[in-house]
Amino acid sequence: MISGTSRRERAAEVAAHAVVALAALVGVAALVALLGTVLQDGLGRLSLDFLRDPPSRLPGRAGFATAILGTLWLMGIVIVAALPVGIGAAIYLEEFAATGRLTTLIETNIANLAGVPSIVYGILGLAFFVRGLGLGFSVLAGGLTMSLLVLPVVVIASREAIRAVPPTIRNAALALGATRWQAVRGQILPAALPGILTGCILAVSRAIGETAPLLLVGAVAFVRFPPDGLGSRYTAMPVQIFSWIGRPQAGFRSLAAAGIIVLLAILLLMNAAAVVVRNRYERRRWS
Amino acid sequence: MTGSPLGAAVEQDGAMTVATASGLTTSEIVYRVNDLEVRYGGEPAVTDLTLDIAPREITAIIGPSGSGKSTFLRCLNRMNDLVSGAEVVGRVEYHGHDLYAPEVDAVEVRRRIGMVFQQPNPFPKSIYDNVAFGPRLRERRPAGLADRVEAALTRAALWDEVKDKLKSNALSLSGGQQQRLCIARALAVEPDVILMDEPASALDPIATARIEDLMAELKRDYTIVIVTHNMQQAARVSDRTAFLTTDVSPGGGRVGRLVEFDSTDVIFTAPSDARTEGYITGRYG
Ligand SMILES: Nc1ncnc2c1ncn2[C@@H]1O[C@H](COP(=O)(O)OP(=O)(O)OP(=O)(O)O)[C@@H](O)[C@H]1O
Ligand SMILES: [Mg+2]
Repeated sequence: MISGTSRRERAAEVAAHAVVALAALVGVAALVALLGTVLQDGLGRLSLDFLRDPPSRLPGRAGFATAILGTLWLMGIVIVAALPVGIGAAIYLEEFAATGRLTTLIETNIANLAGVPSIVYGILGLAFFVRGLGLGFSVLAGGLTMSLLVLPVVVIASREAIRAVPPTIRNAALALGATRWQAVRGQILPAALPGILTGCILAVSRAIGETAPLLLVGAVAFVRFPPDGLGSRYTAMPVQIFSWIGRPQAGFRSLAAAGIIVLLAILLLMNAAAVVVRNRYERRRWS
Repeated sequence: MTGSPLGAAVEQDGAMTVATASGLTTSEIVYRVNDLEVRYGGEPAVTDLTLDIAPREITAIIGPSGSGKSTFLRCLNRMNDLVSGAEVVGRVEYHGHDLYAPEVDAVEVRRRIGMVFQQPNPFPKSIYDNVAFGPRLRERRPAGLADRVEAALTRAALWDEVKDKLKSNALSLSGGQQQRLCIARALAVEPDVILMDEPASALDPIATARIEDLMAELKRDYTIVIVTHNMQQAARVSDRTAFLTTDVSPGGGRVGRLVEFDSTDVIFTAPSDARTEGYITGRYG
């Protein structure tokens, strides 16, 4: 006869199942509650005008346009500044740097930088870009601060993508007489690109959601016009939401909720894009 | 090809005729390996290796796992340069020229000496782009590229199977086809030597037979060095065989050594070293 599991084992199984299911439930419930309140508060305020109008002191007339455009400017600066530097650093560390103390030091540093609280980047941006380089409270200073913030994420994600390319591909290219750079440009980068892209999308979406460092480097809630140049004053979506929430009038609360819906929609869209890119990449993996 | 340090050196190599042990003259010998030792992180992996490799012949390297066969092969196209911690001492002459001389460009070396690996490793690109990768390394738009691709695929006995789907992904080919594609890719850079590290060990018997036929064909124009674990394969395809084994080094570690190097007939019928005989008979009765 096959002896069954003991009563105790079965009880433990049931208990463990219940505990982990509850944990999952708590997570989902919190998310649903959050989304529910936000949708309830904000959906009524959501309209095309909300997306097109500049801010106003009157909650009934205020819109999100300046904040959306400000965020787009920040994103543009991050894409131009952080992505090439981050991907370049990743290529260097993976393909060119000799393994040694210095490389290990740089690697550890980058890993640690990814864990530094974002407010610290705000302080750095204030000291270095706003004051040190004299950029003032400009959208350029904000964008560069955000670039610093996402740089470690870009480097780490790109390195992982490059490392996932099988070494046999690299050896094949080098054995054909490719220089290191020819192997990187011709084979390794194209093969790693989907992974790099995924990491970059997630990094940029992190930059969109950050608020704290922007408050330090001068993003202010009440800017009537979107930036018209790198030296412009600016605001960004999360900063605008933050300031609306701080107002006493009920009208601003629903404005904030509407802003959160827009912000969440954009973030979800970007994450979905990252997932799509990653799935396509997984389907054509090397045997 | 000309103009590079290695190219110039090879071409001015005159008709010195000094008889050697293997009955060849120095001007004919492709590789002359003398007292070669390779260390990884200071520990010797293979030592005391001296042998000559003759042109338009197939030289087989056999021996137990860890005896340094792949390590030796990687010395012949300087792929060991890419292994961190690897160190090559001793002399490897290629057409009479020191392959490890400071003025020799390792990239140029690899353009003349093709390599085929154990696992077929096509690039995740089209069949055409795989073969065209080598020629495109030298010029952006090589003249007659399509013809060169066709010629290389034909030589690798793959053209008929892929001529209608040159644009499809190389990873859609079977393992045996992928390996022949890798051979075609190596041939497209018009090398002088082809190094093969267990090229058929990941393939079924039919695909293996095709690779062996192909090697017999290629040896008319190329010098081939093949590492194999398959005794019958070494006996069937090669002209000369080198047997390596592992010894305990004075320091206590294991180190690969050359036991015997002779014509394949001699190695398989009348080896002079008991260890060779033991290896050949012990494993494949
Ligand atoms: N990249 C490396 N780093 C450190 N040691 C290595 C490296 N490559 C090989 N070795 C060591 O060198 C020795 C010879 O290895 P090699 O791969 O040349 O043997 P092999 O004869 O090709 O074996 P196999 O038949 O298993 O392929 C082994 O002891 C191995 O551990
Ligand atoms: Mg090996």
